Amino acid sequence: MKKTILCALAALALSSTAYADVIKVGVVGPFSGPFALQGKNFKAGIDAYMALNGNKVGSDTIEIIYRDIPTADPAQSKALGQELIVKEKVKYLAGFYFTPDAMAVTPILKQGNVPMVIMNAATSAIMKTSPLVVRTSFTTWQTSTPIAKVAFDAGVKKVISVVSDYGPGIDAENAFKAGFTKAGGEVVESIRIPLATNDFSPIMQRIKDSGAQGVFAFLPSGPTTLGFVKAYNDNGLKAAGIKFFAPGDLTQESDLPALGDAALGIQTTFHYAVSHESPENKTFVDAAAKAIGNKAELSFPAVGAYDGMHVIYKMIEATGGKQDAEKAVEAVKGLSWTSPRGPVSIDPESRHITQNIYLREVAKGTDGTYINKETQTFEKQGDPGLAAAK
Amino acid sequence: MQTVFSIAIDALAYGMVLFVISIGLSVTMGLMRVVNLAHGAFAMIGGYIASYVARDLGLGYAVAVIAAVVITIIIAIPIERLLYRRIYGQPELTQVLMTIGITFCIIGIANYAMGPTLKTIPLAEPLRGSVDLGFRTISIHRLFAIICGLAVALGLWFAIEKTSFGVKLRASVDNAAMAAALGVRTEIVYAISFAVAVGLAAFGGVVGAELLPVEPYYALRYMVTFLVVVSVGGAGSIPGALIACLLLGAIDTTGRYLMPEFGEFFFYLAVIAIICVFPRGLAGRVK
Repeated sequence: MKKTILCALAALALSSTAYADVIKVGVVGPFSGPFALQGKNFKAGIDAYMALNGNKVGSDTIEIIYRDIPTADPAQSKALGQELIVKEKVKYLAGFYFTPDAMAVTPILKQGNVPMVIMNAATSAIMKTSPLVVRTSFTTWQTSTPIAKVAFDAGVKKVISVVSDYGPGIDAENAFKAGFTKAGGEVVESIRIPLATNDFSPIMQRIKDSGAQGVFAFLPSGPTTLGFVKAYNDNGLKAAGIKFFAPGDLTQESDLPALGDAALGIQTTFHYAVSHESPENKTFVDAAAKAIGNKAELSFPAVGAYDGMHVIYKMIEATGGKQDAEKAVEAVKGLSWTSPRGPVSIDPESRHITQNIYLREVAKGTDGTYINKETQTFEKQGDPGLAAAK
Repeated sequence: MQTVFSIAIDALAYGMVLFVISIGLSVTMGLMRVVNLAHGAFAMIGGYIASYVARDLGLGYAVAVIAAVVITIIIAIPIERLLYRRIYGQPELTQVLMTIGITFCIIGIANYAMGPTLKTIPLAEPLRGSVDLGFRTISIHRLFAIICGLAVALGLWFAIEKTSFGVKLRASVDNAAMAAALGVRTEIVYAISFAVAVGLAAFGGVVGAELLPVEPYYALRYMVTFLVVVSVGGAGSIPGALIACLLLGAIDTTGRYLMPEFGEFFFYLAVIAIICVFPRGLAGRVK
């Protein structure tokens, strides 16, 4: 009798090790340094998803392994990717805030048999570097194209574009120009300013001198944005009636308290506002705010991470926990679900997320905090950047 | 013509903000011979305190400025006694390593205590908004920064050149052993100068916060700019730093207006040219 019980126990133990695996997911992002806030948002999105959906898919337990890359550093990113695949034996790679970091890792995906889910990096070209990449964030083209139509419809025919002189800035400039000239408007001047600009007064003077009716701007969120918006007000451009258009990176929620009244009325287009009204978003914001500790720090990378986890869970479901990168990616092509940001789907061809882009205006919410109030929806926007690059 | 005036006034305002923030570093590097890379960190502490006092406690801008200067100095006293005192007169590499270490510590603490988001300092009512100068509008805060810069320059020049403390300070710098032999308490002179430099850093951090917003990486982000101003002006020289700030402000502003795509090319080109001609800075003294 004793023997049978022992045998049964042994069998049970064996079978459980055979079926209930620990599946490791490696997440690479900026968790320290100047962009730590965005890394924190990655973590908040992932934690929120796992708090709401459990840490198990079937009988497999999901374990997240975080790796820190403070600033864009392709060599370091590649080293981290290799370490995660070879040493930690992760079955999925995710995260990636900067495009160069993601690009550095895509060449090793095939050999490692590991799919990658990008939770932020927003350049169209990444998707072409490997068939094993899926993206749940946005591209600068995707968020910058609709604002061109908004500007034209608002009666603005002449626009000056001002962007920071780096990859996403140039993407934004091209996307806006393409959209705006197609609508029938004219971009009178395109200015590229260095990333390390502190004083924007001369730029404002140039905008004034150009005779444009509106300005399209793209700068990385953080100190530069604050300086730009302040200069826009202080130099009397707002008073002169020159309209301000930008993609939503400029008015990300965590910067709004600092921008304050200066930002009121600025129109941006973006894929996600923390104030988006839907039951899914309410659940998400509650869980993510709990994970991050302070709701005011919540911003768009959190939703990219949350949906990225959704995609990874679906991949694990489809492969039954076995390591098969191609099958995993194949399984999520065309996948559609209701994200906190609205209805989304993975475009089977580009593997990039198709989503609604919202026109928002910075306004004061009912509780006195500043929000991005959604006023118009552009439904089911794909990524025009990939087509433009062809 | 209008454009020229416009650029000139922007250049003046930017140069003055640079001056207010950098002059403290010029004092530590020139008069105390300490390469203080933690200067930006002290400016940042000042900014955080001002933000906390004015925004979270709602005590007004004037109180915030005073609190920032006083509290930053109080925070700096133990740092000076325990850390800086060991590196006076040490080789520059030792000083650089020590002060950059302090900077990283302060960044970490600021990130932990205040969070990674931007902090603003609400201005006093009379400083808000902008004025019309006839040919353009400029924010009142810029004019305030220009006045602050001039006041700081005059005050420092007077203290160093015309007071007995200034005499003792210059004596201690030139020959500490001799000054001590003549009865100058060099330790106290150094401590006071250090406090003044830190106070100026904090003041600059607050006044300049409209241009250089306060966030944890402030301490590193603008360090190069501060160092450039000091090396171009000549460490320790008040008029030198003033001229350097106005000159660099003018070049940077003009370049940004006319050819923004060149970035900071003209700024650094000017720096290289000036350093080639004046290796010790515009008003630097030969050792």
